[in-house]
Amino acid sequence: MDATITTAKAGALPPIDKAKPTGAVSDPIFVGALWASGIFVLILLGLIIAQLFEGGLPALRHFGLDFLWTATWNPVTENYGALVMIYGTLFSAVIAVIFALPLSFGIAFFLTEIAPQALRRPIGVAVQLLAAVPSIIYGMWGFFVIVPLIAAYVQPPLIDWLSPIPVIGALFMGPPLGSGMLTAGLILAVMIIPFITAMFVETLESVPAMLKESAYGVGATTYEVYKNVSIPYGKTAMVGAIMLGLGRALGETMAVTFVIGNATRLSASLFAPGATIASTIANEFPEAALGSLKLTSLLQLGFILFVISFIVLALSRALVRSRLD
Amino acid sequence: MASLAARRAKDTTIKVISTGFAIFAIFLLAWILWTLVARGAPALKLTVFTNVTMPPGHNGGLLNAIVGSLIQIALALVIGGPIGLLCGTFLAENGKGTKIGSAARFVNDILLSAPSILVGLFIYQFLVIPFGGFSGWAGGIALAILVIPVIVRTTEDMLNLVPVGLREAAFALGAPQWKVVMMVTWRAARAGIVTGILLAVARAAGETAPLLFTSLGNNSWSVDLSKPMASLPIAIYQYAGSPFDDWVALAWAGALLITVGVLLLNIASRLVLARMK
Repeated sequence: MDATITTAKAGALPPIDKAKPTGAVSDPIFVGALWASGIFVLILLGLIIAQLFEGGLPALRHFGLDFLWTATWNPVTENYGALVMIYGTLFSAVIAVIFALPLSFGIAFFLTEIAPQALRRPIGVAVQLLAAVPSIIYGMWGFFVIVPLIAAYVQPPLIDWLSPIPVIGALFMGPPLGSGMLTAGLILAVMIIPFITAMFVETLESVPAMLKESAYGVGATTYEVYKNVSIPYGKTAMVGAIMLGLGRALGETMAVTFVIGNATRLSASLFAPGATIASTIANEFPEAALGSLKLTSLLQLGFILFVISFIVLALSRALVRSRLD
Repeated sequence: MASLAARRAKDTTIKVISTGFAIFAIFLLAWILWTLVARGAPALKLTVFTNVTMPPGHNGGLLNAIVGSLIQIALALVIGGPIGLLCGTFLAENGKGTKIGSAARFVNDILLSAPSILVGLFIYQFLVIPFGGFSGWAGGIALAILVIPVIVRTTEDMLNLVPVGLREAAFALGAPQWKVVMMVTWRAARAGIVTGILLAVARAAGETAPLLFTSLGNNSWSVDLSKPMASLPIAIYQYAGSPFDDWVALAWAGALLITVGVLLLNIASRLVLARMK
């Protein structure tokens, strides 16, 4: 009985061992495409590094490593150095982080501990939308709205009060132009707050409730739990979040170009106009002829910016992932 | 230890300050939007959409810039969309636990936050110089490089949310991997993948720096991808810094358009995500 059924079926279907498994041909193609796209991303980064390096090579040959610590940028004498821009890039980004940090800590505290449940999402989204506003819009807002305000209301009193003080006074020297390092740092701070806050909130939400409840149980206040339990618990990832903010601020172009004043002079003052690597590239590129020393110096600047950003972003990622994985 | 009253007072103070900071952030967003509406809305006449950019005083519009932006964003999606989708799928499926997978994930995270101006410089060096000039192609490809990491990240995250059981069920029925991925996992994560694409479009739409050295901008009507092509961000940049009042007004109109578009895309993508969860 069993045998007849088997033979009847075997007649209707192809023998199992001769049937090709489905996807024997199509699957290697599909899986190959998946691997290829993964490898493509690796090649893409390699290509970007190689092209920027190659583009800046003539400048490197011409100026040598002196390019890194030369503070001149003179198109007339064709003498170029990166020091002013490297300084401006780091200085403005550090100002941004200094201003963004307390705000991000506060907003994250508000979103995780203070706000009523119903408000957390809408307010969180509103803060995140600050990150969605295009860079050039920050530039226009900064240039047309913030710069005049700072020139009229912020700089004159600060210059009057602080510039006579020895040492610190150097930070507040100069005419109240409105644009400059401080303004660039402030605009950058607004732009990186959403990134830092989002990662702070994500980290704080991963703090085990039991830890916090134990602290509440011994009578700690909400702030004490935040400061002594939640923040220490997420410390590594939060430092990573700050590094990400720093990395974002380093390479921001359009917003900075509008408000930094674009002066290629070295100055310690917060109010002095300056330049970042990105703003210099954006500003000077239209005047750089193909094959000129200026163009290759700009590409060399780009390579330097890439190296700085890469280090900061890689560090950030290592810190954040070590916590979440 | 400080007295209970002092600790409570400190707690309240910090809560008030933190709430103030959150309100300040929302105030900043409102301030930016208000600035855009106050300065952009009066300049937002019909001619902005019907006329191309013209010399100052000639009632120009932004038609060529809007169309140029749309073309370059579309190109970026056509090139970057499939690569991003495949790479995100690779990271969530085949690349898990492999060395190439971890390396690709790391590199993608770097590309996601790397300065966009460097992508422009890269394409300038890689395509513009060898092919002898600025072009819409170069602009679209530069935007594609910015679009890829966004799509990769969201695709991977969304595919990771799809239960393993779904995949196993499909494999158990004898489905090949391409069928499992295309008809089960992608379908289950469809809304999330769409979110990534919307966010990618939003990012590409507002980027200015990478277009400076690639598609350059163009003051006359052109839809030829092999020639320099206008775009909304470049037109805004060019006009905002000009000394002519009508050009500055047009820059604000363009800024309002772009910001409203980008913010709506962001909100839409969040709504799609919220419905998924």
